[in-house]
Amino acid sequence: MATGTQTEVVMPQMGVSVAEGTITKWLKQVGDAVAMDEPLLEISTDKVDTEVPSPGEGVLSQILVEEGVTVDVGTLLAVIAAPEAAPAAPAEPTVPASAAATEPAREAEGPSEPAPAPPVEAPPPQPAAPQPQPVAAVEGNGKTFVSPVVARIAAEHGVDPGRIPGTGTGGRVTKKDILAFIESGAAQAAPEPQPVAEPAEPAVAAAQPTAPAPPAAATTPPAPPRPAPAPAPVGEAGLLPGESAEPMTAMRRGVMEHMRRSVDTSAHVTSAIEVDMSKVVAIRERLKGEYQKSYGVNPTYLAFIARATVDALNDYPWVNAEIRGEAIVTRQFVNLGIAVSLADGKGLIVPVIKHAEDLNLLGMARQIADVAERARTKKLLPDDVQGGTFTITNPGGYGTFHGTPIISQPQVGILGTYALVKRPWVVQDDLGQDVIAIRPLMNITLTYDHRLVDGAYAGQFLRDLRQRLETWDETSY
Amino acid sequence: MPEKTYLQAISDGLRQEMRRDPRVFVLGEDVGVYGGAFKVTLGFQEEFGPWRVIDMPLSETAIMGGATGAALMGMRPVAEMQFADFVSCAWDHLVTVAAKQHYRSGTPIPIVLRLPSGGGFSGGPFHSQNPESSFAHIPGLKVVCPATPEDAKGLLTSSIEDPNPVLFFEHKHLYRRIKGEVPDDRYTTPFGEARVHRQGDDVTVITWGAMVYTANEAAGRLEQEDISVEVIDLRTLIPWDREAVLSSVRKCSKVLVLHEDTRTGGFGGEIAATIAEEAFEDLDAPVKRIAAPDCPVPFSPPLEKAFIPQVDDVVTALRDLAAY
Repeated sequence: MATGTQTEVVMPQMGVSVAEGTITKWLKQVGDAVAMDEPLLEISTDKVDTEVPSPGEGVLSQILVEEGVTVDVGTLLAVIAAPEAAPAAPAEPTVPASAAATEPAREAEGPSEPAPAPPVEAPPPQPAAPQPQPVAAVEGNGKTFVSPVVARIAAEHGVDPGRIPGTGTGGRVTKKDILAFIESGAAQAAPEPQPVAEPAEPAVAAAQPTAPAPPAAATTPPAPPRPAPAPAPVGEAGLLPGESAEPMTAMRRGVMEHMRRSVDTSAHVTSAIEVDMSKVVAIRERLKGEYQKSYGVNPTYLAFIARATVDALNDYPWVNAEIRGEAIVTRQFVNLGIAVSLADGKGLIVPVIKHAEDLNLLGMARQIADVAERARTKKLLPDDVQGGTFTITNPGGYGTFHGTPIISQPQVGILGTYALVKRPWVVQDDLGQDVIAIRPLMNITLTYDHRLVDGAYAGQFLRDLRQRLETWDETSY
Repeated sequence: MPEKTYLQAISDGLRQEMRRDPRVFVLGEDVGVYGGAFKVTLGFQEEFGPWRVIDMPLSETAIMGGATGAALMGMRPVAEMQFADFVSCAWDHLVTVAAKQHYRSGTPIPIVLRLPSGGGFSGGPFHSQNPESSFAHIPGLKVVCPATPEDAKGLLTSSIEDPNPVLFFEHKHLYRRIKGEVPDDRYTTPFGEARVHRQGDDVTVITWGAMVYTANEAAGRLEQEDISVEVIDLRTLIPWDREAVLSSVRKCSKVLVLHEDTRTGGFGGEIAATIAEEAFEDLDAPVKRIAAPDCPVPFSPPLEKAFIPQVDDVVTALRDLAAY
C-alpha cells in the first residue's frame, strides 16, 4: 500500500474469524517519525490485544481513527508519509534543518554552487501534503464522513453506518438517520455484517467460532456499553451515590459473550479426583535446577499435568473432540489451550499450544511460559488463540481446592488444577499395613460436556491421568 | 401578574431591595437628581434621600473605589456605569481590588455594578459594547446578563444578595422594547441556571441577553421549514449552566453559539470548547459560532446592522446546521 510518498495503515486481519478491532492506544502521534516495524498502535479484538507494527517508515501524517473506536478489518487507520515527503514545507523537502545555517556560506561562495539543485531533488511539490485523499473516511467505505455521535451510536448498536442511507450534506449519515435506521429494526433484520469463515477451513474455523462481538450486540437492542472511551455516557445509567461505572473492553465483551454462550450450549458436568503428587514433586525438585540452568525454563506442575493430560487425551479421544453438527469429530492431535489471567485479574485469554503431543516435558514447560508471557505483554498473534481442542485452567495458584470452569467452545472438556497441599493420606507401608503419611495432594477436575462425554468415560480419563501423575516415569519424558 | 418593561423590572427590583435593606444604596453619575441616564432610578432620591442615592463626580474610578470601600464596611452598594463601555475606567478597582479582595483577606465584597450595555440604536463605539467576556475571564467576579423582565428583577435581587462583586449587564435595547409579566413580590432567580426560552430538538442555540430574541425569531421562521430549534438563555455567564448546555447538546447534537459581543475571545469560544471537550461524542456537526466581527461598533445604522448578528444570519446558520 506504499505509494512512494505514503504508506497506509489499515486494521489488520487478526485471525480468521475476527472482523473488527478497537484502537486502544496510539503509540505514535501525528508528526512523529516511525521506523519500519516499530510498534505504532495497540489494538484490541475479542481474541487478542496486540501491538500493530508500522508497515512503513516515515512520519505519521494522519491518524484517522481515534482511540476507543471500533472499526472493521481493512479500515484505513493512519497514513505514514515517506521520510523525504514528510515535512509539510513545500520548498526544500530534502534539505534538513541545518541547511539554513549553511545557506549564507553557499551564497558567499558565489554562483559556483548550482542554485536550482534542491528544487530538482524534489520535483513534485504537492504529493508531500496529506491532502490528496480528502475523503479518507473513518468508516473505510469511502462514502462519507462519520460524525462523532453517529460513530458512537454505530458502535453501541454494532451497526455499519455505510449501510444506512444518509440525508445529510453529501449523503452524510446524520444522527437522525442512524436512529431511524435502528428504530426501524433494519439493524437486526440485516444479515450479520461479518460472516464467520466457517466452511472454508474446517479445522481452524471450527475450532474457534467465537463469534465476533458485533453480531451479538446487534441482536440485543439495549446494546452493551461501547468498547473504550468516555465514561460519561456509561455513568448516565442512573448511578446511585457511591457507584461508579467504567466502559467495557473488547476483551471483556468477548469473554462475556463466550461464557454465556458456552453455558447455553454445553451440558456442563464436573468430576474431581485427588492426586498424590509425591512423585512429581520429587522429580520436579531434581529437574528444577538443571532446567533453569541449562534452558532457563521452570518445570512447573502445570507442565507436568499438561504433559500427562496430552497422553491421557490420546486414550480418550472423545474428551479431545467436538460436536460438529450431527458428527462427532475426534483428532490425532492436541491443540492445548492454557487459560491465562491478565494483570489485575480483569482479563482472560486462552492461548493455544499447537500440536502439544509433539512436546516433551521441557518443551511443554517452555511453551507454557512463552504463551503466558506473550499473553501478559500483549504480544500474542491472532493464530495463537485459535484452534484449541482442549483447555487447562489453573486457578489453584490462589489456594482454591475445587472449581467448575466453563468449557471453551466448541471444545467438550476443560481440566482444572487446584492448590497443591500437604495432607494426611492413608497409604500402605512395606508390610501392607495402612498408615497415615503426609503427602502433597492436588485436586484435579474435569468439566465435560455431557452431551458427548458420559460420567464413566470422564471418570476413567481422570483415573488414568492420576495414574500417570502418580507413577511418573522420569525416563519417558 | 402585572406586565412590566425590562427597565421597570430593574427599577422595581432595586427599589424593593432598598426599602427592605438599609445597607443597599445607589451611586453613579446622574443617578440622583436626574434619575439616571436611562431613568432606572427616577424618583429614588425623593424616596431614599441624597445619602442613599448618591450623585458621583464624572469618575468611574471614584464610583468603583467608593463602592469597594463601602462594601468592605458592610454596605451593599449598587453602582451604575452610565454605559457599560465606561467600566474600563474602573478596571483597576474592579479587577485588581474588588475581584481579589475575598481571596486576599477573606472579606465579603457585596457590590453590584449595573452596566447598561449592547447596541442596536446607533450608539457608536463608546456606547454600544458588550464587554461581558472581559470580566468573565477575571476570577472573583460574577457576570449576569438577563434577557427577560422577570429574570432582570430576580437576578438583580440575587446580585444584591450575593457576597461577591457582580457585574449586572442590562441590555439597553431591551429596556423599553421588551415587556413581560413580573411578580410584584420579592423573589430571586438563581445564578448558574439557564432557562429554556424555546424547546426544540433539531438544533440548539446557546445565547444570552438581546440575542435571545434574535434566536427566537429565527427559530420561529424555521418552524415553517420543519426545523425545530431549542433556544437556551444562559442568564448568567459566571457561573454558567454547563449541564443545561450539555444536556441540550446531547439531545440535538447540533449547536450554534450566538452572542452580540465580538468573536475573538468572546464567551462563545469557552462554550464551544466545553462542548467539544465534554460532549464530543454527541456532536453530529461542528459547533458553530455567530458573533459580531472583531471591530468597534459602527455608528452608521446600515453598518451597525451588518455588525450585530441579525435574524437572517441566524436563520442561515441554523439551516446549514440542520442540513449538515
